Amino acid sequence: MLGGTKMSKICYVIAEVREQKLRQVTFEAIQAARLLNNVEQIHTILLGHQLTELAAELSHYTPDTLYVIDDASLTHYSADLYREAILSIIDQANATIIVGHTAIGRDLAPVLSAALHAGQISDVIAIEGDTFTRPIYAGKAFEQKQFTADETAIISIRPNNIPPASALPSQGNIEARTLTQSAALRVMVKDIVRKASGKVDLAEAKVVVSGGRGVKSADGFKILEELAEVLGGAVGASRGACDAGYCDYALQIGQTGKVVTPMLYIACGISGAIQHLAGMSQSKVIIAINKDPDAPIFKLADYGIVGDLFDVVPILTEELKATIQN
Amino acid sequence: MNIYVLVKQTFDTEEKIVLRDGLIDDQGVKYVINPYDEYAVEEALLQRDQHGGQVFVIAVGPSRMQDALRTALAMGADEAILIHDEQIPQDEYSIAKVLASYLSKQSVDLLLGGNFSVDSGGGQVAIRTAQLLGIAHASSITSLAISGSQATVVRDAEGDSETLDVSLPALFTAQQGLNEPRYPSLPGIMKAKKKPFTELSLADLGLSVADISPKTKQISLHLPPKRQAGQILSGDTREQSLKLASIIANVRGN
Repeated sequence: MLGGTKMSKICYVIAEVREQKLRQVTFEAIQAARLLNNVEQIHTILLGHQLTELAAELSHYTPDTLYVIDDASLTHYSADLYREAILSIIDQANATIIVGHTAIGRDLAPVLSAALHAGQISDVIAIEGDTFTRPIYAGKAFEQKQFTADETAIISIRPNNIPPASALPSQGNIEARTLTQSAALRVMVKDIVRKASGKVDLAEAKVVVSGGRGVKSADGFKILEELAEVLGGAVGASRGACDAGYCDYALQIGQTGKVVTPMLYIACGISGAIQHLAGMSQSKVIIAINKDPDAPIFKLADYGIVGDLFDVVPILTEELKATIQN
Repeated sequence: MNIYVLVKQTFDTEEKIVLRDGLIDDQGVKYVINPYDEYAVEEALLQRDQHGGQVFVIAVGPSRMQDALRTALAMGADEAILIHDEQIPQDEYSIAKVLASYLSKQSVDLLLGGNFSVDSGGGQVAIRTAQLLGIAHASSITSLAISGSQATVVRDAEGDSETLDVSLPALFTAQQGLNEPRYPSLPGIMKAKKKPFTELSLADLGLSVADISPKTKQISLHLPPKRQAGQILSGDTREQSLKLASIIANVRGN
């Protein structure tokens, strides 16, 4: 075994399901487990309801055991139920737990960390042995972190940064478990409005079409949505556009808001305030469309058009629709 | 109702990050209340004004954090507590333990915090603290209505809205859109100077350094590679747009 006297790790990847599909970040988390030093076993944990097909799929990516708890009370995420379920499965003395840094993972990871009195490194974008790289100041700088001891630890990984694991030649072993918790729930889900249903999630999108004050109205965002749809991408916005009420704060990209790292970022009518640039400057290719030739966004864009987005975007949509269909 | 708000002081989001001797240089930097915590402070004031009670703002960190707490007092909070001790490590495990140690001795009906801090961005401390206190929580809320010992919140989950009923005491972390934080008024600033401001050390909390030894450590820092300005496309609008469409198709692999 490599690593001398260091204790070997047992990794548990918490799978995440969205709209009856395994999220991409789950496969990235399995790959993250492989990048760690001294890993002896990699297990996955799948919680939810009506999971038979998803479990079959996930088992092909699980090197060791896939633990499944299929229970109607797990239909929606619950911090209390997830905590009890996960604690009942893992080896608490020597677990490295990996989750996606998603709406669920961001909530769950510190719950588990506190319950296990463990360290947590959040929002990891790269792993090299025992060293984790993560953005600070929303990506204006990066830090490398390590755990201070070889003990139970939690890591949340940012979607879209670690390559996903590929399927294994043979299927892992599936072990069904049951939910033991019966205590009254302190948090009850009353209603869920799926505003984001059927849409590509902003954090996981390969293409982001983003609008700023230059989009001028909520109505103006429609042409951006059309372009995003053609490209299979998601729509984002600057703080200016959100503050002006053109779109929901859930779409905001920046140091307040979300940080995105897509393959392609198309900034429309965004001047490029420092706080916005922090949220998108790690995108692979950046395109800017802005009327103002002095807009700071052009200083980091790979390609730019000085022009009116209301002229340019419809042409892009029309052209790309034709290209992609062929 | 006793409302506690967890506050952190951060760089203003318009600040650039500069490294000096491998560390983040804070010379001349403007500090603010972490923007998400500002929503939490505002929400505490709104809830207090509706239901009665007291708003306590609490921070763990260096003495400069006084300014953030003073700003919260000037906005209308009633009391401030700053736990500062050079021996408190910059680790979420440690900081949550310090906060929980103080709060477990108080009567807390409602605990509010920001969704995450815009500097270290770990998003751990508030939820860890709630867990250590054994209270329920909901993160990233955009609406809060309290009736007796029940709260109804709307949680933003990646664009979806979840409506949750939560039994108090509980922690809620604020997402953008929760409210519109007020600016401190001049009389508010004057009054803040006379409001109770408690400073505590680890020893005051009965904690030792060993109790809060960190679980993680920072090894190094670096800045992202500088992006070069690219190419501004030429031609009339249609020509530019067609060029751009072909670039986009290329990047996507079409």
